[in-house]
Amino acid sequence: MLYIKCPYCGHRSQKEFAYGGDGTIKRPELNQEISDAKWNEFVYLRKSPRGKHIELWHHIAGCRQWFKVQRDTVTHEIFQTSKTNEELK
Amino acid sequence: MQKYSIFSLIKNAFSNHEKWDLAWKDPSPKKEYDVVIIGGGGHGLATAYYLAKEHKITNVAIIEKGWIGGGNIGRNTTIIRSNFMYDDNARFNEFGMNLWRNMSQELNFNVMFSPRGIINLAHSDAQMNAYARRGNSMRLNGIDAVLLNREEIKKIIPMADFSENVRYPIFGGLAQPSAGTARHDAVAWGYARQADSMGVDIIQNCEVTGFDVSGGKIHGVRTSRGDIKTKKIGLCVAGSTNVLADKLNMTLPIETHLLQACVSEPVKPVLDGVVTFGAGHFYISQSDKGEMVMGGDLDGYNSYAQKGNLPTIQHVLTGGIALFPFLSRLKMLRTWGGIMDMSMDGSPIIDKTHIDGLYLNCGWCYGGFKSVPSSGWTFAHTIAQDRVHELNEGFSLNRFSTGYLLDEKGLGTKTWIS
Repeated sequence: MLYIKCPYCGHRSQKEFAYGGDGTIKRPELNQEISDAKWNEFVYLRKSPRGKHIELWHHIAGCRQWFKVQRDTVTHEIFQTSKTNEELK
Repeated sequence: MQKYSIFSLIKNAFSNHEKWDLAWKDPSPKKEYDVVIIGGGGHGLATAYYLAKEHKITNVAIIEKGWIGGGNIGRNTTIIRSNFMYDDNARFNEFGMNLWRNMSQELNFNVMFSPRGIINLAHSDAQMNAYARRGNSMRLNGIDAVLLNREEIKKIIPMADFSENVRYPIFGGLAQPSAGTARHDAVAWGYARQADSMGVDIIQNCEVTGFDVSGGKIHGVRTSRGDIKTKKIGLCVAGSTNVLADKLNMTLPIETHLLQACVSEPVKPVLDGVVTFGAGHFYISQSDKGEMVMGGDLDGYNSYAQKGNLPTIQHVLTGGIALFPFLSRLKMLRTWGGIMDMSMDGSPIIDKTHIDGLYLNCGWCYGGFKSVPSSGWTFAHTIAQDRVHELNEGFSLNRFSTGYLLDEKGLGTKTWIS
């Protein structure tokens, strides 16, 4: 069981959260021509590293805020969490 | 190679079964091979076997980081089926069904293929309509499909909860009577033994540390047991695909996730075929030993852990008990997990890449085991002829950028929306 620190509510059980995938993906700029390659990259391509991974989680059964988590994909150790508008240290 | 038969069994009984030949050798890597297959799982072993058998390419090495058959071929729930709606998936897997039917004879190894049928349960009129449509598509591709109503389902699985006031009442289901199960380890060992006998080197405890790529071409692979020269490399590494892709500076439409399964203590025969309860994220079959073999959905976040987390097992079994209340009185014997190469549309990738001589076989999601023979056969063709076979042309790597997705069932990595 993961024990995740929501930056708004503190430590809670994994059961309160929903996963949101890779947190480093940025949407191509708005109001500009987007090439197929760029769109493919944004929608489908993922690094999925073995080790430290920055990802989004949603405190869906709590404050309902999205936030960032840095977690190890092998040991599941959570190093840090932050609000989405803050940088992970 | 010693042929396995009743006569060899009797003959070896006289020497207390101490003089059987080794099923495969344990060679050191040579300096150079025509083809190097990375990954000694079901897909890698089958690919090497078909390279040797169908294409007479025998100067082949299989490189395996651990021991052969230690990954997902030893961690699945052994279900074999071809109940797909889309032509590309249906043809590919029905081709595989024919290979499964003859596999024990072909490999001279009893893989215990047991076509006992699969039932997908439906819980609404709309779902019955969707299953009728899928069943019709299957029949058009020559696959047996039978739409069953509630009463017919009741005859097959009378121990399920057929009361009216359950969350997901059983309306009926779609059956594929020719689907079934097989003994998964035997599949790996059977392919390994035959491949080895035709001259393929199975090299275990040999980890890939890098690739020798220049001028857009493969020249070799670097391993923990030395450098190996080759012009063709086939990647069959399932959940480790992204790790090796990173060494090749490639980013793929694949995420690695954890999938769990579990078995109960063995009980007397109660369930003949495979039953899937999609609404409850649960499926079940009974092994020849009597264990109830059960599984469900992904743990739900990127993972390379190869072992699962309890909330998911609890979720899966809650669904299981809702369908089969008798399960609540069984003890769990084992749970385990494997790491899945989840593609973004839920369908596999068997294709060439932008690097000349690098071939990709990945994206098997929940269903790699059933596709072992068809994947090996088509991947061997793709490597040997340097072009995809018509059976795997739909499983292209560029389908994501061109928009020709094979989104058969809305699967993929995004479990939180599917």
